[in-house]
Amino acid sequence: MKTTELPRWASGFVLPVLNLLSALLVSALVIHLLGESPVESLQILFNSAVVNPEGLSYTLFYASTFVFTGLAVSIAMKAGLFNIGAEGQMYLGGLGLTLAMLSFDSTLSAWLLIPLAIVASALFGAGWAFIPGYLQAKRGSHVVVTTIMFNFIAAGLMNYLILKMVPEGDQNPASRVFDDAAMIPQLSTWLPFFGENTPLNLAFFLALIALVIYWVAVSRSSWGYKVQATGLNAHAAHYAGVRISRTIIVTMLISGGLAGLAAVNSILGSTHYLSLNFPAGAGFIGIAIALMGRQHPVGILLSAVLFGALIQGGFDLSLEKPNIPQETFIFIQGLIILFCGAMENMYAPAVLKLINATRRKG
Amino acid sequence: MQPAVEFRNISKAFGPVQANADVSFSIAKGSIHGVIGENGAGKSTLMSILYGYYHADSGQLVINGAEQKIRSSLEAIDLGIGMVHQHFMLVENMTVLDNVMLGTEGGFKLSKKRTETEAKLREICTRYHLDVDPLAVISTLSVGAQQRVEILKQIYRSAEILILDEPTAVLTTQEIASLFDILRLFKEQGKTIILITHKLGEIMEITDQVTVMRAGRVAGAVATRDTSKEQLANMMVGRPIEGNLPRKPHAPGAPVLQVENLQLKDANGVQLLADIALTVRAGEIVAIAGVSGNGQSELMEILSGMRLPTSGTVTMEGKPLPFAGRSNADGLPATFRDLGIGHVPEDRLRDGVIKDFTVMQNTVFGYQDRVIKRGLFDFDAIAKRCAHLLEQFDVRPKDPNVRIGLLSGGNQQKVVIAREVSASPKLMLVGQPTRGVDIGTIESIHTQLLRLRDEGVAILLVSTELEEVRALSDRIVVMSGGRVTGELHIDEFDTTRIGLLMGGMHKS
Repeated sequence: MKTTELPRWASGFVLPVLNLLSALLVSALVIHLLGESPVESLQILFNSAVVNPEGLSYTLFYASTFVFTGLAVSIAMKAGLFNIGAEGQMYLGGLGLTLAMLSFDSTLSAWLLIPLAIVASALFGAGWAFIPGYLQAKRGSHVVVTTIMFNFIAAGLMNYLILKMVPEGDQNPASRVFDDAAMIPQLSTWLPFFGENTPLNLAFFLALIALVIYWVAVSRSSWGYKVQATGLNAHAAHYAGVRISRTIIVTMLISGGLAGLAAVNSILGSTHYLSLNFPAGAGFIGIAIALMGRQHPVGILLSAVLFGALIQGGFDLSLEKPNIPQETFIFIQGLIILFCGAMENMYAPAVLKLINATRRKG
Repeated sequence: MQPAVEFRNISKAFGPVQANADVSFSIAKGSIHGVIGENGAGKSTLMSILYGYYHADSGQLVINGAEQKIRSSLEAIDLGIGMVHQHFMLVENMTVLDNVMLGTEGGFKLSKKRTETEAKLREICTRYHLDVDPLAVISTLSVGAQQRVEILKQIYRSAEILILDEPTAVLTTQEIASLFDILRLFKEQGKTIILITHKLGEIMEITDQVTVMRAGRVAGAVATRDTSKEQLANMMVGRPIEGNLPRKPHAPGAPVLQVENLQLKDANGVQLLADIALTVRAGEIVAIAGVSGNGQSELMEILSGMRLPTSGTVTMEGKPLPFAGRSNADGLPATFRDLGIGHVPEDRLRDGVIKDFTVMQNTVFGYQDRVIKRGLFDFDAIAKRCAHLLEQFDVRPKDPNVRIGLLSGGNQQKVVIAREVSASPKLMLVGQPTRGVDIGTIESIHTQLLRLRDEGVAILLVSTELEEVRALSDRIVVMSGGRVTGELHIDEFDTTRIGLLMGGMHKS
């Protein structure tokens, strides 16, 4: 055989870990240059994001959002589509959810209202992804270009709509607060361990369920098989009887729906109102998570938790160390995308050599 | 005289696979040296070592009498070694001239170098009778002309030792003849040519010396004039090949596929298929003979549901195939499969398999909706079926979880054929079933197809290899320029007549 390639455990685990360590190493160097101790900074970060229960609650709260945006980008990637638009789709998902809430939160019971809001967020997210999906499938307009443009359109549209929703006399660019009955229960209600009034909520379990469904759909169903075939070789997929344009449109709908669901955690689980620019980059972080997690459910979960921890820990770090600005997190995030996405196979030849060397000896 | 290239005890392993084991032979300067062997016999690895892509684990490489360590293809080029790959390395939208210059521009301003290079190219073209216009854009050239550009590139870079990897796989008969004329001219000029092929006829026609490889080792080295096709074939596979496979007499049943007045025009109105009419009955193999690119591929695409015809009727067991009222063929191949049409596509890697899927995943490709239990894949059944197919069709290695892209072409093809045969089709469309496949595998594929015919399946075969057409078919339909130019029974098989029909000489 001419080609030799890495075993799955190496490409799925060793490479991401090496890439992550490289990103952290460069980050440590920068922190050192900023005049702070990297070791101490890492301790602070770790303590505040994982060890401290209240911090852990925040970490998992952020991770719940990221699981959804990560899944959104991953499922599209499986079909060979690079959905850059999770940000806008999540934004629109928030709109759907809010419209359902504003219309019914005084009339319906929570048992009806919450599922309705969840469905609305998914539908609005899916709707926002439909047009790029349709254009890709029928007209060949590249989904990268259209989804980027749709992020901008979403920003403009939501700006306009949210300002219309601001209650009279209010200064904050946000909708009114929803009725208390429609709040998704926070885990701290039952588990005081997480600290009082921390935002981790039942949407975390929704995220775990979504991961399981994703795994079943991608690796156990003929639908997932067809999606992957389309992504890997559209010619062959056509030969195999896959309806290419329908697969592209449906995958984009599901991708957008997942991105829309990310709004459930941030709005229904925490803020309880629709505010300007509430996704705050979660859609873009989804791209990093899909790349780093290699579109595998376990990888997506671990990457989502990692990014949650970086946000939470990075925030506390910037409070404790005045030399380290809050933007450091964005910088570290960029490094992770650089090492895990753009240079993901940098260590592959070396790892391959090492494996071959040990095998020859053994 | 010292040899141009000498391999001394070359060994190379990839993990557990020993691609080359203790290979030693030498290639005389100014000769045409054939290297033959089945797929996976180690010829490509050996050439890659010579061209600097791989490094031998042990052994020496002696070029023109001096031992060399070739670490990259750049160093190989410096030593005067040039390689023409099976898949051309050309930039499609650049001119011949720019392609040749690529990598040797030598400065920021191109115009001066361009004038020089063009003059030199014209000089080379005249000297070696290479019919190529230096200013033509690659994408407008025929496959044969593109290959001449590759050769031109090597000569321009003053290659004295030229490696050609399966150079005739994509050429028409005429193009092969002119390629051989060029190679003979090279030989006269003292250049050394290494020809890698699995076509015995070519070896006999043009080489001086032959080295036969089998399972990574040299299985024999002979002077061409002292050997025969049969002897070489035996050395290659290690056992005698049966000239003609046994088959039952031609006893066709009811018509399965009937094509009438089929037309196909492309988006620009160019007629790709015109007035095609043919019938395939149960229990017979109808072969479409012709030089590739004369409408056979398009016809197979239509019959498998991958493409819509412009007009015409196609019936399967008397019922028209569901082309009507469609604006595109999206998903149509699935419908055709359900009607009992199996399809071994001619471009295996483009259509037939997904390289990054495992062998097991590929055994259900196209039939993914038939292996479902309670809404999800029935992996037990799939694994059982896959193991059975690998055994029955002798796919090597028998590992269902290896990516199919790592298998040799012949074994990939066995997987495709196993998959399509196991779906028990009523009509089987087979495009170029043995292209890029070694002799041992060809025989097993032919046996499978004949067995299918004897079981009463209607088979439509497209092949550009007349030997294959002769070995398999009951009736032969010849196509040229998108038309059927003639039809004959196997008893009337006549190479000259078929050759004329392939050249477009009409039956009238």
